[in-house]
Amino acid sequence: MDSKVATGAERLIECLEAEGVEYIFGLSGGAAIPIFDALVDSSIKLILTRHEQGAAHMADGYARATGRPGVVLVTSGPGATNTVTGLLTAHMDSVPMVVITGQCVTDMLGKDGFQEADVTSITYAVVKHSYLVRRSGDIPRITREAFHLAGTGRPGPVLVDIPKNISQGPCLAPLTSEMDLPGYSIPSHGSPDNLDEAAALLSSAQRPVLLVGHGVVISEASKAVTQLAERLGAPMVSTLLGKGGADETHPLHLGMLGMHGTAYANKATDAADLIMSIGSRWDDRITGKLDEFCLGAKKIHVDIDPAEFNKMVVPEVCIEGDARLVLEALLPLVDPLDTSEWLARVEAWRKKYPLKYRKQGGLRAQHVLDRLDALTQGRAIISTDVGQHQMWAAQFCKVTESKNWLSSGGAGTMGFGLPAAIGAAFARPDQDVWAVVGDGGFQMTQAELATAAIHNLRVKCLIINNNYLGMVRQWQELFFENRLSGVDLEGNPDFVKLAQAYGIKAFRIKRPGDVDRILSQADAYDEGPCVVVAEVVKEDNVFPFIPAGATLSDMIIEKPTEKLAKPTGST
Amino acid sequence: MSAVVHSLPDEAQRTSDFHRISLFVKNEPGVLARVAMVFSRRGYNIESLVVSTAAREGYSRMTITSSGDPETLEQMIKQLAKLVDVVHAIDHTGDAAYETEIALIKLRCSSDERHEILQIVEHFGAKVVDFARDSLMIRIYGSSEKLDAIRDLLGKFEIAEIVRSGKILMARGRATT
Repeated sequence: MDSKVATGAERLIECLEAEGVEYIFGLSGGAAIPIFDALVDSSIKLILTRHEQGAAHMADGYARATGRPGVVLVTSGPGATNTVTGLLTAHMDSVPMVVITGQCVTDMLGKDGFQEADVTSITYAVVKHSYLVRRSGDIPRITREAFHLAGTGRPGPVLVDIPKNISQGPCLAPLTSEMDLPGYSIPSHGSPDNLDEAAALLSSAQRPVLLVGHGVVISEASKAVTQLAERLGAPMVSTLLGKGGADETHPLHLGMLGMHGTAYANKATDAADLIMSIGSRWDDRITGKLDEFCLGAKKIHVDIDPAEFNKMVVPEVCIEGDARLVLEALLPLVDPLDTSEWLARVEAWRKKYPLKYRKQGGLRAQHVLDRLDALTQGRAIISTDVGQHQMWAAQFCKVTESKNWLSSGGAGTMGFGLPAAIGAAFARPDQDVWAVVGDGGFQMTQAELATAAIHNLRVKCLIINNNYLGMVRQWQELFFENRLSGVDLEGNPDFVKLAQAYGIKAFRIKRPGDVDRILSQADAYDEGPCVVVAEVVKEDNVFPFIPAGATLSDMIIEKPTEKLAKPTGST
Repeated sequence: MSAVVHSLPDEAQRTSDFHRISLFVKNEPGVLARVAMVFSRRGYNIESLVVSTAAREGYSRMTITSSGDPETLEQMIKQLAKLVDVVHAIDHTGDAAYETEIALIKLRCSSDERHEILQIVEHFGAKVVDFARDSLMIRIYGSSEKLDAIRDLLGKFEIAEIVRSGKILMARGRATT
């Protein structure tokens, strides 16, 4: 008989190893000590972060850059609640994550024990599923289920809360265990009837548009979606999260649509007679005023989550399934279309309404990002924070491959950019990762510079510094008579010195003439992470701009001279 | 909708906005909270909710009566079905599922009032289950509308307490609940 019985924590770590986990991002604490102890003897590399939010976003960045679940390990109470923003971010954007939280001993549950937080209750609304482990014997089954749920179907975060006596006590259950998920099924390639209906609609379309969403990235449908676009002669437009789902430099790709999308993407979508959404949930950033959204177009909706059907728009055809499998089943049913007139119109818009910015009068964020795109040419992973810089990056940085664009879309989580870039750098060490962040969001998780420095990661953090919370300032300027309130980030540190304090190489861009030289130096720097601070003009606005709750045809392409009405839509 | 017995005009109006949902769920901690959150998030009011163990060990049945915007119902059913612990969620609104409910009604009454009360009880096929000096407890089961009707008739007396079980239902024939 085996002289040593594994503890729950040891069994858990064995299960994680069996799941192929390479990295755990986390921060220790009392209730999680047994699990951290078990990690000492494991092949899994523990990445100690400076804050649990950083750990969650790193796991998220790891997951977005690979498609495999990112793993977080934190302690109970505040350790667990500090992951909630990360859970929301992953939940909104369908990112696979397994978050393991320590918990106080089962006898103390519900009695306000030290560092007790009822974390399963707190997180119900932001997880795909969650577990409170009450018997150590359940650890192998729950771990198996957690990874299966996180990574399959519509991915999402799964939380596993483990009381300390469970992780510390013996676990007699074998390593392998059957899953027990009778209420969980994974759609595959769509029903033949729906595919036929979709094919018929596509064949009769004269002005088709393919809307490329995050589902294309997740299901690795790039090839199929490009084939479909080419066969139909259909322009592709992308959501913020769909960037890279199809190569944005493809002649049929019009870039991002929606609130800050390109004018030509929005005009094409507005004029289309058929819009096929593939793995997009018709977010309000795209549709604007819902009951006036593209009324002249028939719609097809491909989604792995049937709960998305008829939630926003009511399409003619809904196909429940994995984007890649659906497209592969659809392709043989679709004949080539002659859309040359339609494409000529689209190209005319592309010429007439290009993305543009002023190169005089100080350093512009758009200039920096335009040149970053020219320099990296799609070979770098780009992670963004949230705000004006994010929209400019989405406009100017053309993503050519899936999983090279990491951005918090649904949640719009400031503080995401740097830790997500760090997670991606662990996942894909052979690639450069550019974190494009604003001065506001950067300061929310800047402590993770230490994590980047210690592990000497190929993370290049480009801080677009305008000393403002710029997107809110833009709204206040355009809609609130420029009554600025709570947007001035006076007291920002010198970010170059801040980086240097962490032992990180730092560059500063002050003038338009510096851009190419400094970006090239930073790009070539290969001794570890670096920070590039671009001191951009304080007041600049993101255009095109469709005010929240307006329609695609209300798009503002340049700064208007007359006063605008306050937007009716949410944020 | 099944035949509405003893319905009053405003009751008929009310029932058309009511939705009847059955859930077959894994009996895991937290499943009730997850289900309740789907309703609250979409602004649905739960009128009644009955949970009991199912024939299959480790599983439970939930019958939920709920009111809210009908257009949201399809979304809600899908959100419920999406919950990992929910094996299936079925909307029975408009189908002919058999449904029933039990109510206990305690009346404060003088001996003079008993005669009329007992007439009402007999007419409705209800039963007096506690007979005290100045009170009666009545048990009645049947459709929710029938329960509403007897409650309305007894309203002229002093109702001390009412406890209703909430609606339970079962699909007829080979249909699944």
